Amino acid sequence: MSAGEASLTASAAYDPSWFRRRALRTAAAVAGLVAIFVIAAIICDFNIVYAIGSIPAAFSWLFVNFAPTAASLEQLPTILTETVSTALDSVAATVIAAIPGIALGVLGSRTVGVESAAVRGLIRGVASVVRNIPMIAWALLLLLSFKQNEFTGFLALFLTTVGQLLRFFLDTFDEISTGPIEALRSCGASYWQVVFQAGIPLASASLMSWMLYMVETNIRSATLIGLLTGTGIGFSFQIYYNSMRYDAAGLVVVVTVILVILIELISNHARRSMI
Amino acid sequence: MEATIRLSRATAETVERAMGRIRLTSRRARNLAMPVTLGVLAALTLVTFTRMRMGEVDLVQASAQALSDFWAMMAEPALDPPLGAGHFTWETVGYSMLSTVAISVVCTMLSAVVSFPLALAASQNLSNPTASYIVKGFVAVIRAVPTILWVLVFTVAIGLGAEAAVLGISFHSIAYLTKSYSESFEEIDGGVIEALRASGASFWQVVFQAICPATVPQLLSWTFIRFEINFTNAVAVGAFAGAGGIGYQLFQAGSRYYNLHEVGVIVYACLLVTFLLEFVSVRLRRRYILEAR
Repeated sequence: MSAGEASLTASAAYDPSWFRRRALRTAAAVAGLVAIFVIAAIICDFNIVYAIGSIPAAFSWLFVNFAPTAASLEQLPTILTETVSTALDSVAATVIAAIPGIALGVLGSRTVGVESAAVRGLIRGVASVVRNIPMIAWALLLLLSFKQNEFTGFLALFLTTVGQLLRFFLDTFDEISTGPIEALRSCGASYWQVVFQAGIPLASASLMSWMLYMVETNIRSATLIGLLTGTGIGFSFQIYYNSMRYDAAGLVVVVTVILVILIELISNHARRSMI
Repeated sequence: MEATIRLSRATAETVERAMGRIRLTSRRARNLAMPVTLGVLAALTLVTFTRMRMGEVDLVQASAQALSDFWAMMAEPALDPPLGAGHFTWETVGYSMLSTVAISVVCTMLSAVVSFPLALAASQNLSNPTASYIVKGFVAVIRAVPTILWVLVFTVAIGLGAEAAVLGISFHSIAYLTKSYSESFEEIDGGVIEALRASGASFWQVVFQAICPATVPQLLSWTFIRFEINFTNAVAVGAFAGAGGIGYQLFQAGSRYYNLHEVGVIVYACLLVTFLLEFVSVRLRRRYILEAR
């Protein structure tokens, strides 16, 4: 900020009042933000000096204790199996969620949606509620009825995915160009002809792109859901973590990172070749 | 045919390099890419269902119970008896919510401050290619680790408390903001930067006189969007970080007391806050991100 302020004072000769006001405004904004930060830190009992000071020690501790060792490599087959099943669950949850997602996205959109504004509002409202119910609540609710198994993790992931995907899909359908839709309507196309000949084709590249994004984020969400429902890679991590086998837990992190980056590279490639 | 495709690919790559963003693909490749991607995703879904362990649960009965549980949670939220069990008071819920919001505020502000210089180093138009690739690669690795794992790792490394939660959430948040900020920086017209450089402006003068004024609205709205995500994450990791907060109360209500009516109250409290945040961030996004494109 100092260089900016220096140049402010240098050019202040031209119009002192304007530049002084700008400098004052910036200073007031910075002071306001610092005050908000301090208040928030006091409320949640966060000590910034301690936090920053502990980062170097934390990382050196991490690299010593979380580094996978020869012993942890024996766990690799188990970890790989769990990682693959977590990744597959993320894909399946996304694909299955995309079906109601596209249907409701079409019906709720402003461009190709249903006539009734009340119905569109209802779809948006339901999407918003489903999306914003915390993941912990979904996972614990399903755990009570479906018990601890992979299907429960899948269902929890599916429910959170539907809400998010529907938000992205509604945005996508809202943003498609209205020209082709109007053209089809004016030459007498029925509602479903407009949807299948203009709405979905115009949005398809975006829809796919959002689905691929969802697969990526779901692998990360699946880790948390796994911790809560006792399934997949999250559960493996928790077992190693709770039994203080940090080297194996570190191996879980390494495998997850490799998998997520791999999926990101593949989906970037797919995304680029669709545009 | 083959020759024209190769030519258009080469042209496309030139255009991409020149414009940074626009990428063209030959129609044949594009027409193929969509069904191939969809086919692969559908096949993987089928594989998933054939090998998924469903457990010993009767699905119809379990679904019926899940629905009635959902009803208890959403239609009959209560803290006090007869439905609730008095494990929580309104003060507990309110204060826990406040502390979760405070954690998200701290995370967002910390990560915005750290991300700004990182994003400058990551932007191709402001930094050199080596630095840009190093920062982008580093950020990609950080982003690949799930937030909850960061939090758990910091919990053992520096002990239970708000510090572990904040650092764990911030790591992911920094990666996200660095990527978003640097994309905003890279959208700036190269002519503006060149004009300032040609007239002898230093790097920081370029940053504070050209980059900042042009991108501040976008940066603010990305930051606010991340604030919304950080709140969701703060609720989610609350159960494990030992920093208290509404996520911890939610976990207690659901997995210790098994009282869905109390879970319902906490869920409604979370919904209220997320609706507020979403309302603001949708407006910011419409105003500053979509219009800027």
